[in-house]
Amino acid sequence: MTAPPTDKETPAPPPSQVLLSDAKGSTRRGDKIFSGLSKGSGITLLLIMAAIAAFLAYRASIALADNEGNFLTTFEWDANSIPPKFGIAVLAFGTVVSSVVAMVIAVPIAVGIALFITHYAPRRLAAPIAYVIDLLAAVPSIVYGLWGALFLVPHLVGTYEWLDRYLGWTVVLSFDGTAPRSLMTAGILLAVMILPIITNVSREVFAQTPRLQEEAALALGATRWEVIRMTVLPFGRSGVISASMLGLGRALGETMAVATVLSPSALLSAEILQAGGGTFAQNIAASFGESGQFGRDALIASGLVLFVITLVVNGAARLIIARRKEYSGANA
Amino acid sequence: MAKRIDISGLTAYYGDFKAIEDISMAVEPRSVTAFIGPSGCGKSTFLRTINRMHEVIPGARVEGKVMLDDENLYGTGVDPVSVRRVVGMVFQRPNPFPTMSVYENVAAGLKLNGRYKKSELDDVVEKSLRGANLWNEVKDRLNRPGSGLSGGQQQRLCIARAIAVEPQVLLMDEPCSALDPISTLAIEDLIGDLKTRFTIVIVTHNMQQAARVSDRTAFFNLSAVGEPGRLIELDDTDKIFSNPSVQATEDYVSGRFG
Ligand SMILES: Nc1ncnc2c1ncn2[C@@H]1O[C@H](COP(=O)(O)OP(=O)(O)O)[C@@H](O)[C@H]1O
Ligand SMILES: [Mg+2]
Repeated sequence: MTAPPTDKETPAPPPSQVLLSDAKGSTRRGDKIFSGLSKGSGITLLLIMAAIAAFLAYRASIALADNEGNFLTTFEWDANSIPPKFGIAVLAFGTVVSSVVAMVIAVPIAVGIALFITHYAPRRLAAPIAYVIDLLAAVPSIVYGLWGALFLVPHLVGTYEWLDRYLGWTVVLSFDGTAPRSLMTAGILLAVMILPIITNVSREVFAQTPRLQEEAALALGATRWEVIRMTVLPFGRSGVISASMLGLGRALGETMAVATVLSPSALLSAEILQAGGGTFAQNIAASFGESGQFGRDALIASGLVLFVITLVVNGAARLIIARRKEYSGANA
Repeated sequence: MAKRIDISGLTAYYGDFKAIEDISMAVEPRSVTAFIGPSGCGKSTFLRTINRMHEVIPGARVEGKVMLDDENLYGTGVDPVSVRRVVGMVFQRPNPFPTMSVYENVAAGLKLNGRYKKSELDDVVEKSLRGANLWNEVKDRLNRPGSGLSGGQQQRLCIARAIAVEPQVLLMDEPCSALDPISTLAIEDLIGDLKTRFTIVIVTHNMQQAARVSDRTAFFNLSAVGEPGRLIELDDTDKIFSNPSVQATEDYVSGRFG
């Protein structure tokens, strides 16, 4: 998170340059070149994106036109059979469930670690912890996937059996003891994967809480936790939301790791500890290789839905952040 | 609600750097004591030892005693958090909580101390805002953000927040240095009112202000940069400004140095 460049850094003309018009002329020319360049690259970027979107929408429409099933409500994904029958019901459900599980687990833990690093840990400890978490963010997702399949899946059986014993009656948390290559496991793995990014961004935001605010709370007789509640959390609120959105974006779109731990099925089941289900990204990874042209077009259609979901989620986050802007720390 | 402060042999460090050395003084209840002296001589540091805010800076520590009536604030087993609940503080720059409304800012300290009924909170908020001469200006916008007020109003809001918890002592570190002359005058008037209820210690770089608001004045100085600051002289304000007993004080208040 580097500070945005400001125009304040424009060097003043040296005092020897007495001709005002001269100095002005040269900065104007620089301004013009720069604004032309930035305008040009902005427009180019928009054009490229529009072209990609148009291409994907066109391919998707080909597939949708010949779909025997209902694209929104059909469970199975048989895009390569004749006639093709495919729908996103299971994928949408699985994507949402695994991401929600990931967020529910990762956000509180990440915020806790970030607060520990910025406000509780002694300095000697804080820096190494932050460094290790930075490193975790750089681990490739296939490595997480392998760890999930080889370690997490077998080791979660006990936990799930325990959950089943006490909460099995809820159906959602019932479990029959078979290898849990399930949405819940995928969600837990995703939580581990998005933890570093949420922690790091939150840590940076928390560390920027104005000292003056924290001292105001301390001087009122606030304990360390009360200082955090009164100043650090409100100040960091929008930053934590942004950080969570970054994490959610990664969870929604995570491909290899989920594909490695999940046993896909065309079942839409509320028993999320049980093997089965699927996500958009996992389905694309699993089906792409064996798909023909038509099957790939169908996958593109599902990818566009994922894109729309991501857009909606980001928009909602922006709304939440904007809602309380006048109370934000920005005008302190 | 006001107590006598009795400080003896107080020395404060930032890491290895000794910022103030061996300061002893007494402050009578319901009086205003002003701290003056060249900048960097340790006025803020000394002030912050009185509510144990000094030690929140990493590496900072304090030696000596600060007695509030007959309790040593640095005694073993004394919780700094509870010290700060009886010794309130107003800072150099107004620092209302930006995420809280005017009302919530004033009620913030009370909410830390326990559960209050809404009607009780309402009463305390009104009383404190009246006490800070701010009520008439904000009574129609109690639910607006505190950071939307002018600088002078924000500083009075901070005073209201500090007095809402009925402290024994009120510390102010150059409370007017970021304010315009009219807001400064409003705060000086307010200090005159507040001293009937609280023991007040105020740091100021403005000698006219010290002369206007305080009963007693303490002059601090340091022999050289890098040396610790010391208390040079503490006396009635009139005496300090007319006929101080130490030459350095005379030089400082007459503007010959500093
Ligand atoms: N947070 C700090 N860390 C290290 N040194 C400090 C800190 N704050 C103040 N000092 C030093 O302590 C001395 C006294 O400072 P201060 O109490 O702020 O003086 P004053 O308020 O009289 O201007 C100065 O030399 C200053 O540089
Ligand atoms: Mg100071």
